[in-house]
Amino acid sequence: MTNHWIDLQHSDCILIMGSNAAEHHPIAFKWMLRGKEKNGTKLIHVDPRFTRTSARCDYHVPLRSGTDIAFLGGMINYILNSDKYFKDYVVNYTNAPFIVVKDFDFNDGLFTGYDKAEKKYSKETWVFEKDAAGIPKKDPSLTDPNCVFQLMKKHYSRYTLEKVSSITGVSREDLMKVYTDYASTGAGDRAGTICYALGWTHHSTGTQNIRTMAMIQLLLGNIGICGGGVNALRGEPNVQGSTDHCILYGNLPGYLKMPVASLDTLEKYLKKYTPVTNDPQSPNYYRNYPKFYISFLKSLFDDKATPENEFGYSWMPKLDDGTPYSLMHLFDAMYKGTVKGLFSVGTDPAVSSPNANKVRKALEKLDWLVSANIFDNETCSFWKGPGVDPGKVKTECFLLPASATMEKEGSQTNSGRWVQWKYKAARAPGDAIPVGEMFIKIIDAVKALYAGEGGINPEPILNFKSDYINRNGAFSALKAARQINGFFLKDTIIDGKTFRKGQQVPTFGMLQDDGSTCSGNWLMAGSFTTDGENRMTARGKDDPTGLGLYPNWAWAWPVNRRILYNRASCDINGRPYNPKRKLLEWTGHKWVGDVPDGGWAPMADRENGKYPFIMKADGVGSLFGPGMAEGPFSEHYEPFESPLSKNPLSSQLNNPALHVFETDMDKTASASDTFPYVCTTYSCTEHWCSGALTRWQAWLLEMQPEAYVEIGEKLAHEKGIKNGERVKVSSARGFVKCVAMVTKRFRPFLVEGKTVHQVGMPFNYGWLFPEDGGDSCNILTPSVGDANTHCPEYKAFMVNVSKIQEAG
Amino acid sequence: MNKNELVKLIDTTKCTACRGCQVACKQWNEMPGLKTRNWGSYQNPPELGWNTWTLVRFQEYVDSKGILKWLFRKEGCMHCTDAACVKVCPSNALYRTEFGTIGLHASLCIGCKECITACPFDVPKYNPHTDTILKCDLCYDRLKGGELPACVKSCPTGALSIGKKEVMIENAYTRAKELGGDANVYGDTFVGGTHVLYVLGEKPEVYENLPARPAVPLTIVAWKDWFKPLSLIAAGGVLIGSFFHYITHGPKDTGGNSDQTCKGGGE
Repeated sequence: MTNHWIDLQHSDCILIMGSNAAEHHPIAFKWMLRGKEKNGTKLIHVDPRFTRTSARCDYHVPLRSGTDIAFLGGMINYILNSDKYFKDYVVNYTNAPFIVVKDFDFNDGLFTGYDKAEKKYSKETWVFEKDAAGIPKKDPSLTDPNCVFQLMKKHYSRYTLEKVSSITGVSREDLMKVYTDYASTGAGDRAGTICYALGWTHHSTGTQNIRTMAMIQLLLGNIGICGGGVNALRGEPNVQGSTDHCILYGNLPGYLKMPVASLDTLEKYLKKYTPVTNDPQSPNYYRNYPKFYISFLKSLFDDKATPENEFGYSWMPKLDDGTPYSLMHLFDAMYKGTVKGLFSVGTDPAVSSPNANKVRKALEKLDWLVSANIFDNETCSFWKGPGVDPGKVKTECFLLPASATMEKEGSQTNSGRWVQWKYKAARAPGDAIPVGEMFIKIIDAVKALYAGEGGINPEPILNFKSDYINRNGAFSALKAARQINGFFLKDTIIDGKTFRKGQQVPTFGMLQDDGSTCSGNWLMAGSFTTDGENRMTARGKDDPTGLGLYPNWAWAWPVNRRILYNRASCDINGRPYNPKRKLLEWTGHKWVGDVPDGGWAPMADRENGKYPFIMKADGVGSLFGPGMAEGPFSEHYEPFESPLSKNPLSSQLNNPALHVFETDMDKTASASDTFPYVCTTYSCTEHWCSGALTRWQAWLLEMQPEAYVEIGEKLAHEKGIKNGERVKVSSARGFVKCVAMVTKRFRPFLVEGKTVHQVGMPFNYGWLFPEDGGDSCNILTPSVGDANTHCPEYKAFMVNVSKIQEAG
Repeated sequence: MNKNELVKLIDTTKCTACRGCQVACKQWNEMPGLKTRNWGSYQNPPELGWNTWTLVRFQEYVDSKGILKWLFRKEGCMHCTDAACVKVCPSNALYRTEFGTIGLHASLCIGCKECITACPFDVPKYNPHTDTILKCDLCYDRLKGGELPACVKSCPTGALSIGKKEVMIENAYTRAKELGGDANVYGDTFVGGTHVLYVLGEKPEVYENLPARPAVPLTIVAWKDWFKPLSLIAAGGVLIGSFFHYITHGPKDTGGNSDQTCKGGGE
């Protein structure tokens, strides 16, 4: 989240799209309701199905799964054509005025630079023209035909109401209702925000779904302000915390980049990932990348990391260039027999991963499988799953009992980036220990083996710092957290202030690239004070701005800033756009309010002033975003499995940069009569993720006892299916049997003149327990994912539903 | 008026049907989760039961303008002032507490099931394992300890609140007025006023299993309030009592499918 939970109440209009906030963030949803009750916040829910969220919103608009870009592209078209954008903001704080090189073009669904054979873009033409000083050329009047603003206008002019309505299945009236309500926030004294979750990420165009909305937020001046922002709702699985600490394969902690093989020296690596700008007004904060990265290496290898050995850079694992290592790719490699062992920690991929039959088959090909979990689950016990002969499975399986979250101390990061320390509330049963402790024990055992017997590539193992054990021999989360924050490794004087060796680094601004500091995650520098006070334990309730920032409750990364890009809440002279929700104000010599995104003067001061988007090399928000795999602007492509054989907007049916798997178990069926219905999958409030924890809980199971498929009344009538009957749901990859829930909450869509039915299923069930609860809906989902992140397309694929003819 | 009298307000228009209350109730009262099947609804268990003292009902409803709504209503004991269950209870197991709520001394219950037939809201449920009635006592033990009832404590959205009777009634009317349209307050104008009030978004008739004009069955009023006191004085009261017992209970069924008989004025 750019903003935070409490801030949602300040919004004038909240678009909940790609999220079922009431069901999956029930505690957080209260802030949206509070906004509605106290401030007249309009709540809009756009979602294929009517959910408990829809029930509490001002209105619900159903759209066909996988057509969010078309819906939002139409909104951009509306905003630009009706002059609803916030011009002052767009001109000063975005790259709308930047001039793109003449060779850039877009034609029939493809941008320039596409390599059809490689299914990849080269991005030479996705760049700006630069002046003699090497600074991007701009046209503040936004009229140059090659400026980003005009290119964008042209690009989205194709997203007419008629076209969007035909693609999405949303009526023109409903489209206009949402567009006008939401675009009304494009004024300095109004704020609109988006709350999205997995309903946007789980698509083959997931990243572009979010980017399209980020573009809308920039056009309306909604980023960096109270009640605005782009807010990914992260919840109890600690997704915010785990992403910050690099759960994604391409990341290192703090969103630093995982090295690839061709970057074989530290110098090459740092050169590649340290952005440069010639614009003296752009803070380009990532120019400090080497300080963050070298401090990270120091945190791993301590005094073994020296300038002479590139701080141990050569010991870091390297990804093969251009090779994804996502969950789907890992299971593909296991299926093909190239990956032989798996640690499955706190996860149940045999239920939660797409194409679960392939996942289960892949597990059979492993030599060993180590599961660490609170309970046994379908992954750990795959060898006795449906259709598996235990006698023929060679995989050696281990189940390590893990302590649950309330049975251990540590930090948890909420969606608003508030890192809150929590204490152990209960003793773990039996032999269960924290996962951190398992890792330390394993690495120490491996170290001992290396020390005793030697082995391949010993340095990274033997030099790895792993002394996070307390006096009782147990894992110390506190010790690890201190290392994550970072220390001064020798006495250092910065700006006249002396820091002693062993003191905590108070902010990432103090990190050094000479090996004199360490930090396991630069974003977390400042979670302890210099004197070692744990700021994550802070529980102060003072609210100096009156905006619910609560700066002394927990600690938020970065540097306790509660709203990111907050300098953009003021005009170029530092005056708040909205005096009623004054997040920050420039007093002439300093900023007052939230922790500012850099203490520099506002940008009107040409000498000392800086642009507000400090993490971007150009210092402004990117309406034109060349970092994306499938284009600098978003474009509607059909889901990989779709009811349509032709994209209504171009000849390019699917995302052109998709990675497609081609094993015998990766069957797909698009626009097929055999699988005519769109299916989407989700979780329910009563269960948690794969249900591996909650299905054992009788009170929760009683409320949602077994797998079901939600079917609209019309489709049920056509198929002769009655409410509560058992049905078979099948896709090109397999089938599951479950209960039909016939409901008014699913309605057919009119798409390209044809009726398209959609159904939906929760993914909370698996064969292990309860025995008659049904199996995972991921037996049906395809292994295909987003082109940037490879996040699987769980939310849109094709199925058939049929009555089960019970024998006898 | 009893200054300790408490009222719980259920604002159905703020409820997200997260069912935290349903679970919190079972947790505090140590009631088990039992085996259920998905019967085509999120509502589960399908009805209140001896182990389910509060239940969130889910109802899909298309209003007169054709707008789809999903109505959520937390169902449970209404804690009537004019409580039929207390009137009929022969063993004083059911009683009025100092908060105006209806408590239950389960150890005194003789399992006669008279309260089941008497209750206009179909609330008390029979536990065959213990041969007693069970129902919500609005967490009497928690109230005694100055704590919120478990359901209120668990509610994330403010749909549930509890407080002094007159304050809660005022809050309810303020909220209904704020909502406008068909929004209304349910509970304060019948059975002497209930100690659980609803703010309903739709007219009461719209809601499943909710009597629009609940009342203590006249036969019970006649017997318990008028005739029984007389009969204690008059000779022959036992005979007359038996006659009335036949009249009041003859046609009723206290078996499993009790909702047939107890919908009262809701039909």
